[in-house]
Amino acid sequence: MRIDKTSGTQRSAPGRPRKLTARLSGSDRTFRGVAAAGGVFVLILYGLVGTFLAYRAGQALHKAGWSFVTTQTWNPDGGGFGIAAVIIGTLLIAGVAVVVAVPLALGTALYISEYAPRRVQRFLISLIDLMAAVPSVVFGLWGAFLLQWRVVSLSRWISNWFFWIPLFKVDGVAPDDPLATVSAWTSSSFIAGLVVALMITPIASSIMREAFSQAPAGEREGAYALGGTRWGMIRAVVLPFGRGAIVGGTMLGLGRALGETIAVVMIISPIFLIQPHILQNGTSSISALIALRYAEATPFAVSALMAAGLALFALTLLVNFAASVIVSRSRSGAVSEA
Amino acid sequence: MTALDRGVASGSPSSAAPATTVPSRPAAGSEPTPRPLTLIRGPDVLAVAGALAAALATTALLWTQLSPFSGLLGYVVVTWCLFVIYYAVLVSFDENRPTVRDRVSAVVMHSLAALVLVALAFIVIYTFWKAWKALVHVNFYTQDLHTTGPLDPLTKGGVLHAVVGTLIEVGIALAVAVPLGLLAAVYLHEVPGRLARLVRTVVQAMTAMPDILAGLFIFATLILIFGLQLSGLAAGCALAVTILPIVCRAADVVLRLIPGGLIEASYALGAGQWRTVRFVTLPTARSGLATAVILGAARAIGETSPVLLTAGATGYMNVNPVSSPMMSLPLLAYTQVQSPIPNEQARGFGSAAVLLLLVLVLFAVVRVIGGRGPGQLTARQQRRRAARSRRDMVGYARRAAAAAAAPDYPGSGP
Repeated sequence: MRIDKTSGTQRSAPGRPRKLTARLSGSDRTFRGVAAAGGVFVLILYGLVGTFLAYRAGQALHKAGWSFVTTQTWNPDGGGFGIAAVIIGTLLIAGVAVVVAVPLALGTALYISEYAPRRVQRFLISLIDLMAAVPSVVFGLWGAFLLQWRVVSLSRWISNWFFWIPLFKVDGVAPDDPLATVSAWTSSSFIAGLVVALMITPIASSIMREAFSQAPAGEREGAYALGGTRWGMIRAVVLPFGRGAIVGGTMLGLGRALGETIAVVMIISPIFLIQPHILQNGTSSISALIALRYAEATPFAVSALMAAGLALFALTLLVNFAASVIVSRSRSGAVSEA
Repeated sequence: MTALDRGVASGSPSSAAPATTVPSRPAAGSEPTPRPLTLIRGPDVLAVAGALAAALATTALLWTQLSPFSGLLGYVVVTWCLFVIYYAVLVSFDENRPTVRDRVSAVVMHSLAALVLVALAFIVIYTFWKAWKALVHVNFYTQDLHTTGPLDPLTKGGVLHAVVGTLIEVGIALAVAVPLGLLAAVYLHEVPGRLARLVRTVVQAMTAMPDILAGLFIFATLILIFGLQLSGLAAGCALAVTILPIVCRAADVVLRLIPGGLIEASYALGAGQWRTVRFVTLPTARSGLATAVILGAARAIGETSPVLLTAGATGYMNVNPVSSPMMSLPLLAYTQVQSPIPNEQARGFGSAAVLLLLVLVLFAVVRVIGGRGPGQLTARQQRRRAARSRRDMVGYARRAAAAAAAPDYPGSGP
């Protein structure tokens, strides 16, 4: 007599295990068929989006070849076109956004899960969720009409003191020039990045908070029992437990920041040159390029826009996949769904 | 503790051991007050207040007397930095190093969270404040913009066409995305396998798709290839492509939270898969699924870039989704604020405020229905369920009585 390892039941004969077959009824078969059709349709739809993008982009890529990656101008009907300038602009804006958003998101997540009184916790969580649902055009309005003019003095201060760092240099304006016009510092990657940072903070924050709140109570109490302060407990238990979620939430925010369109369009003034000075007027991003140029585009120009869109798509997919792998491999991700 | 005390106190007179000293019980009503467990102590509050006062004073001195600094933002930033430094110094007078670090980090966490919430409040309040000029006129809600020129006063023209357009486009998007998204989520939950895993991976990846690409896809297929006009239908499809993964993913997560025991109980009672899904799985997850749908709707309402590419801009009211452009609120806000004319900008902010209001209402609905886990019922649902089972009980009693009256009823007792 042997014990079946999988079910633990005793098997009477040393023969084959009992075969488990269930004959589905007609309604069940229909249900499974319809459900599978729905799943497959979704698969096909998004496969189509990807394939179609790639196919249409292929025409432009075929003509442009490798110059697509190195050209800065965007003039598909006349001369060369390429994503060198727009992709650097995209990365700079997303970079500023992530650098600003990560401390904000981390602080908010830690505050809600560790410091906030239990009564207001639920309320704060739904406020952060609400912030994630605020339309991007509202963020754009706020950024373009209010934040921009408040931040200019900060940009000016940074560029006056740190102009020797190439990133913070502003061309055409001497440091400490009191007569310099304010518009040298407006519509920059820095301001666009700040607005996008506020848009991705709630997304990153809710993923981090979810993981922090699942840190095992036993380990927390252990840290307190050893005489740790609250900050000591956070550093020894909560942050290591949620490390995967911190990285994953940051990457998800980065993916969102790369694709953000309207808020960026409303703030930047587009130029098609590699512009590494984040405080200086003028920058560009792939999504802004598409939003600004789709209307007057000829079929070939649409194909070129598709190629730019494909590059953006590939970039966000890469970031997103990395994020989901990191989150699911981490200790906190093993128990949660995120 | 109290029981032990009482035992010792009552036992002591009978044993009368001279060596035992019995602590005298406190008289009733004179029990010592419990030790307060609050983490807030007087000196801490004083330290915070003192550091804040010192920081404000120092910054005021810097700003007005010592240096040529100006600007409110810089004032706040410098005050905050000085506050943290002063606070650390004050705490370090009577605490050790780890405690100082604990206090300072607590201050930093509180201020980061406060910064995010203040930013959110600023965004909402600023939008309504700038929109107020337009929002107070009744015509803003009852007219469209087709006869309104850029220089017309705010007493003329409104956003009704954009509200109607938004509702139609979001309606189309939901009509496409919700059945498909829920069906796909049910598929992922009910028919697991390699294909389901592939679908789930793709759906997860697509939640990150930049929204402008959905617009570009519909623009290049439906409009450029199939010759559809810039219209509400095209915009609805673009929004559907954007929100389908979001709805599907949220519904998938909700379905996975259903207790397995419920589903197994249904199978154990002999129900088939379809009946289990229809009568157990979906009703149990109802509130969560509603939340998924509403989150999708909130996202669809606020999306600008897919609509920008596919709907076209117009000042006319258009209720026909298949022909001619259809305006929507985010697009109206976007186009109006491009203008340098104050009244146009006020209209733009007005439509952004109406949009924000719609999102807030949807969110309030989510809070009301989405706060409960799967299977938790409202008071009314519980009453209804209790009434139903009472009716069932009456029915069983009647049937048992009938069975007792007719002893040859199949399945009845001996």
